[in-house]
Amino acid sequence: MQVGFTEDQLQFRDVVSRFLKDKSPPTAVRALMDSEQGYDSEVWQQLSQEIGLLGVHLPEAYGGFGFGPIELGVIAQEMGRYLFCGPYFASAVMAGYAVLNSANEEAKERLLPEIAAGTKIAALVLDDLSDAATVGTGISASGGRLNGTAGIVVDAHVADTLIVVAGTPEGLSLYEVAPALASVTPLDAIDPTRKLSRVTFNGCAGERIAGAGVDIDLLWDQMSTVLAHEMIGGAERLFETTIEYMKMRVQFGRQIGSFQSLKHRCADLLLELELAKAMTHEAGRFMASGEGDAYSPNMAKAMASDAYLGVAKQAIQLRGGIGFTWEEDTHLWFKRAKASEMFLGSPNWHRERMMQRMEADAVRAANG
Amino acid sequence: MVDHPNLSYDEIYKDVDAWLQEHWDVSRGLAAWREILVEGGWAAPTWPEEYYGRNFSIEQAGAVNQAFDDHGAVGVAQGGPGRLASHTILVHGTDAQKKKYLRPILTGEASWCQLFSEPGSGSDLAGLATKAEKDGDRWVMNGQKVWNTSAHHADFGILVARSDWDVPKHQGISYFLINMRQPGVEVRPLRQMNGHASFNEVFMADAEVLAEDLLGAEGEGWKIAATTLSAERQGFGGDRSGGKVKDLPGPIYAEYRDELAIALEPYTWYPQRAGRVDLVMPRAMETGAISDPHVRQELAKLIAMKKASDLAAASAVQKRRAGNSNVIPEGSIGKLAASVIARQASHVHTLVSGTDSMLKGADSPMDGVIAEILISVPAISIAGGTDEIQKNIISERVLELPKEPRFDTGPFRDVPRNLADI
Ligand SMILES: Cc1cc2nc3c(=O)[nH]c(=O)nc-3n(C[C@H](O)[C@H](O)[C@H](O)COP(=O)(O)OP(=O)(O)OC[C@H]3O[C@@H](n4cnc5c(N)ncnc54)[C@H](O)[C@@H]3O)c2cc1C
Repeated sequence: MQVGFTEDQLQFRDVVSRFLKDKSPPTAVRALMDSEQGYDSEVWQQLSQEIGLLGVHLPEAYGGFGFGPIELGVIAQEMGRYLFCGPYFASAVMAGYAVLNSANEEAKERLLPEIAAGTKIAALVLDDLSDAATVGTGISASGGRLNGTAGIVVDAHVADTLIVVAGTPEGLSLYEVAPALASVTPLDAIDPTRKLSRVTFNGCAGERIAGAGVDIDLLWDQMSTVLAHEMIGGAERLFETTIEYMKMRVQFGRQIGSFQSLKHRCADLLLELELAKAMTHEAGRFMASGEGDAYSPNMAKAMASDAYLGVAKQAIQLRGGIGFTWEEDTHLWFKRAKASEMFLGSPNWHRERMMQRMEADAVRAANG
Repeated sequence: MVDHPNLSYDEIYKDVDAWLQEHWDVSRGLAAWREILVEGGWAAPTWPEEYYGRNFSIEQAGAVNQAFDDHGAVGVAQGGPGRLASHTILVHGTDAQKKKYLRPILTGEASWCQLFSEPGSGSDLAGLATKAEKDGDRWVMNGQKVWNTSAHHADFGILVARSDWDVPKHQGISYFLINMRQPGVEVRPLRQMNGHASFNEVFMADAEVLAEDLLGAEGEGWKIAATTLSAERQGFGGDRSGGKVKDLPGPIYAEYRDELAIALEPYTWYPQRAGRVDLVMPRAMETGAISDPHVRQELAKLIAMKKASDLAAASAVQKRRAGNSNVIPEGSIGKLAASVIARQASHVHTLVSGTDSMLKGADSPMDGVIAEILISVPAISIAGGTDEIQKNIISERVLELPKEPRFDTGPFRDVPRNLADI
């Protein structure tokens, strides 16, 4: 069992981390979350052209770098840490994986190089972000026409193209739709660092780009694994700044970090966070190698959600009143934690999915 | 103990009813009506007779309220901080201070704010570091206060500041009545993470207080502050609700509504920070989440917790009324329970709303009310004394567990403090 990262992966983390630290400080996050576009075009270009993060997980044949889920996880973890604002998750991860998994060769050759280069922003339209099993019940396609609504789509407001998972009589299929043909309505998000829209199709034309059917479970596992990385990155950052604050803040003539009740709480949080990290990295390794438990992504997303929210609540509580103010940065991460909790399946959903998979394994084993 | 007059509820009701029949007139302006109200002695029936009152008990005052409600008559000005100020001045003020300050509070002519918390001292309120220096017949104030509700339109403030740095922290504090309308006082709104700006920061740079506006004796500030804080904890029980008359048509009601809107504006999100348990069941039915077994479990836990907490609170009140002093401080237990309930409610609302809990504002469930719950609940375990402080109170005062060692008992000058305060 391989655990831990290689030297190269650690170096890669440093590069990514330095870049984001420089380009995504809280001042920039605040400016972008108030903007309509939600990301900085210049930084977006640097992200793709200078350090080539957009295609890290895509094969070289399609303009990517040929690395995999582990390197992608490294990037996501740092993006979560710095609360990076931009359509990385929507375009490179969600749409990128959907096209890579399921599109025909022509579409892959056309779309992936542009997604990897950042010259085209793609948004993945799923009609349900809470349950993989019901995807395809809200948007249907027949005769090259799409109908239906996706209540929440990440970064559709800046998408150059919409990649749509639609239900058809033959099962799930993949379509490409020009955003101008659909109705894209920006929504007010509880976490303004990740922009959301509602997308409605009223019989509009879409190009069927599916090569084979859409394996929604695989796609969901890929996305959940990356999201879990993003969440533990955010949790780490909040945890560290909270510990710093507790060493500095004085009440009753002593640092608040000297109160044993608070020390124990921090130790508990560290435990939860370390476990979530271990599981998330394991999910990355599983997605990369196929070795391990098929339900690792489910365990990872559930644990990362609980750890992030747990840390975020305490990050506010342990700062006292200042933690509840707008001026202090903690709430930015708190809101990301809150919004990510339900995104791509609640912790309960993932635990249930984990049980289904474990049960199926057990039944298989029993039947020899 | 004050002696309440020997009058029954019905006798009082009859008196007020007759008085209102003669004097209440919807066509009057609000200010003119309040003058009549104060002169008539019905403005603050629980206050002493020398100061606009009748020495009534809370129950007796209830008869007055009822008669006002039945006539649709407007009462005195509402607003938390003003009530705290008047209560404290009544208990500790000189005759001159009472004459000067009480009447404008009743008429609504002067509004107040509370200047207690500081950036450097929240849980440790007695560690406050605003400097009060005596200079002839005035005091000069320097320092910063925070979390001051309504300070941006207040005329006066009740202020605690440090007047002696060489004695232990509780002994060096004095209590002042400060005029907010002066160049040395600057008020800046403070925005919260839920977007509301209910509070302010107040900066004092050589702000002045006349010597005659020191409340009580120099160095007695902590004791006097305790009077204010206990009035705060008792809430607004003795006040007229204003709720019944505020929707009536007519110019005096419009004036009253405007006054109330300003006074109550900072509190619009308070029900959300408590978790809105009332909305959980209807939302679960409406969304269909009620059929999810996990949601059912969490929802049931929440409702049971809320019900039990209400019962415990009611039983504590009953025991205390019956003269049983051996009651767990209802405040601390109740406050802790409120935090647990609010957090669980937020959890259940999240489960019920699913991915819709990623949204806020008009696009989100109940026009943003659910989202406001999710981003307001973190305040409940901080405001009004944190959960950790409540737990300290319960463990040390109720359970009589040994006290933590203290590092702040010597002269305040030598007590370690936050760098920003030094
Ligand atoms: C929404 C809201 C409304 C408010 N309204 C008012 C108001 O109207 N008037 C007013 O005066 N103030 C108000 N406050 C301020 C509030 O009373 C303080 O924020 C609170 O008392 C905590 O103080 P602090 O913020 O300085 O945190 P700190 O005291 O610095 O606390 C930081 C952390 O340390 C913990 N801690 C501190 N001491 C101990 C200890 N001995 N043992 C264990 N843990 C400890 C705290 O529990 C907290 O988790 C409000 C605050 C909020 C958030």
